[in-house]
Amino acid sequence: MYVAVKGGERAIENAHAWLAEERRGDPGVAELDVAQIRQQLGLAVNRVMAEGSLYDPDLAALAIKQARGDLIEAIFLIRAYRTTLPRFGASTPVDTGAMACDRRISATFKDLPGGQILGPTFDYTHRLLDFKLAAEGEVPDAPKRDADLADVPHVTGFLNREGLIEEAPQDDTPPPDLTREPLEMPADRALRLQALARADEGFTLGLAYSTQRGYARNHAFVGELRIGSVPVEMEIPELGFAVEIGEITLTECETVNQFKGSKTEPPQFTRGYGLVFGQTERKAISMALVDRALRWEELGEDDQGAPAQDAEFVLYHADNIQATGFLEHIKLPHYVDFQSELELVRKLRREAGAHQVQEAAE
Amino acid sequence: MKDGFDQNAPRKSWMGLLAKAPEGRAAALLDGAMARPSFTWLRAPEIGTTMVRARAGGTGTSFNLGEVTVTRCALTLEGGPVGHAYIRGRRKADAEAAALIDALMQTDRAGVLQAEVLDRLHAEAAAAKADRAGKAAATKVDFFTMVRGED
Repeated sequence: MYVAVKGGERAIENAHAWLAEERRGDPGVAELDVAQIRQQLGLAVNRVMAEGSLYDPDLAALAIKQARGDLIEAIFLIRAYRTTLPRFGASTPVDTGAMACDRRISATFKDLPGGQILGPTFDYTHRLLDFKLAAEGEVPDAPKRDADLADVPHVTGFLNREGLIEEAPQDDTPPPDLTREPLEMPADRALRLQALARADEGFTLGLAYSTQRGYARNHAFVGELRIGSVPVEMEIPELGFAVEIGEITLTECETVNQFKGSKTEPPQFTRGYGLVFGQTERKAISMALVDRALRWEELGEDDQGAPAQDAEFVLYHADNIQATGFLEHIKLPHYVDFQSELELVRKLRREAGAHQVQEAAE
Repeated sequence: MKDGFDQNAPRKSWMGLLAKAPEGRAAALLDGAMARPSFTWLRAPEIGTTMVRARAGGTGTSFNLGEVTVTRCALTLEGGPVGHAYIRGRRKADAEAAALIDALMQTDRAGVLQAEVLDRLHAEAAAAKADRAGKAAATKVDFFTMVRGED
């Protein structure tokens, strides 16, 4: 039972005023502006866009500022803002094969068409704190080299030619949309991929790691990881044809996994898929591993009872806004609920006490 | 589409170019090329979203990846040409400039706009793309094989 209780308005107002002051910090230190966050904390911005499920770097940067750097709070702000906007339509599926790649690596083939392009990566850095960043300084221009602007082919395409890996045949069935219909089980792969693309990075990483350690092991190789920009094209109803409405940066991970084969199918590699807004490679690799683990049923594998194989467990607990909403609500007033529990415990103790007195008398 | 020729191809091309232009750039080039004509809004600029779709494995089942913010508007010039804009982001002034250019490209001003706006946007976009691709190319790994001694 919920009972409305009034009071606390002034305390709340004052708490918000203090929050604003704490957010600003020492006025003697220059204030961060949204463009600085967007430009210099780009990977935080990318995470907020990915899990907020709304690609808009300026809004994500604003949300990070407002949330004082609490990324889940920032994601919450983005999700809330999104619900105020009308939906104009859906894009045609983006062509990641036509990505202008900033980074493209394969852990399965050393020499491959298009080459191994490292891009602006933390890999191979020494993870030693760089105190030069604490002082202001100019950054030298990144070196350049003549580039081939041709599309970089997908690695899985080479394996497909030999029939060594399962195909991903085109399917244009209108996909389910969990922002319009509640997420229900069983969830098909399109719905699972939508949920995973916006899932909490930490939760997805933990589940992916569990599959590597043996809970539904599926021995993934990173067949390909690519980061870059792709055009987004949308059918314009007034015109009757599709036009490009802009470009977005995506991270795509395709894993190549083992498969024993069956009575009807020869041994063949299988695939997991990760695709996430922005430069977000830890999340994209995690997503691909979890996607692959969730495919156990369609691939005829055993249910090992592993968490990463349980679609209901994964999908119902992967959304950090749902999780934080339910978790954090328990700190809000539950005075009446608790009063009834208190009454019950007192009553039980009284009855137990009376019982003991009676036993002693007998 | 007939015989492989898409009669909408030129318009698709300039609308895409305008949508991908950096903030404020198309408007600045338009204003540098000519005074803006008067127009009537058919749909004043409004902000909404488009659901971005992708395919599992890059080629397979389509799924909903997430939304992007989009600004759209439509306007008409005196005499009839209608201009549309759908551009990523919350950019009402840019949408207005893009729709105006789209409408003007259907008039006798098309030649001026092609030279003063579209060709320049195209060149700038190509330069920006080549610049980024050049930095990526500089991080391409050149493998070499170490000769291992056998004795």
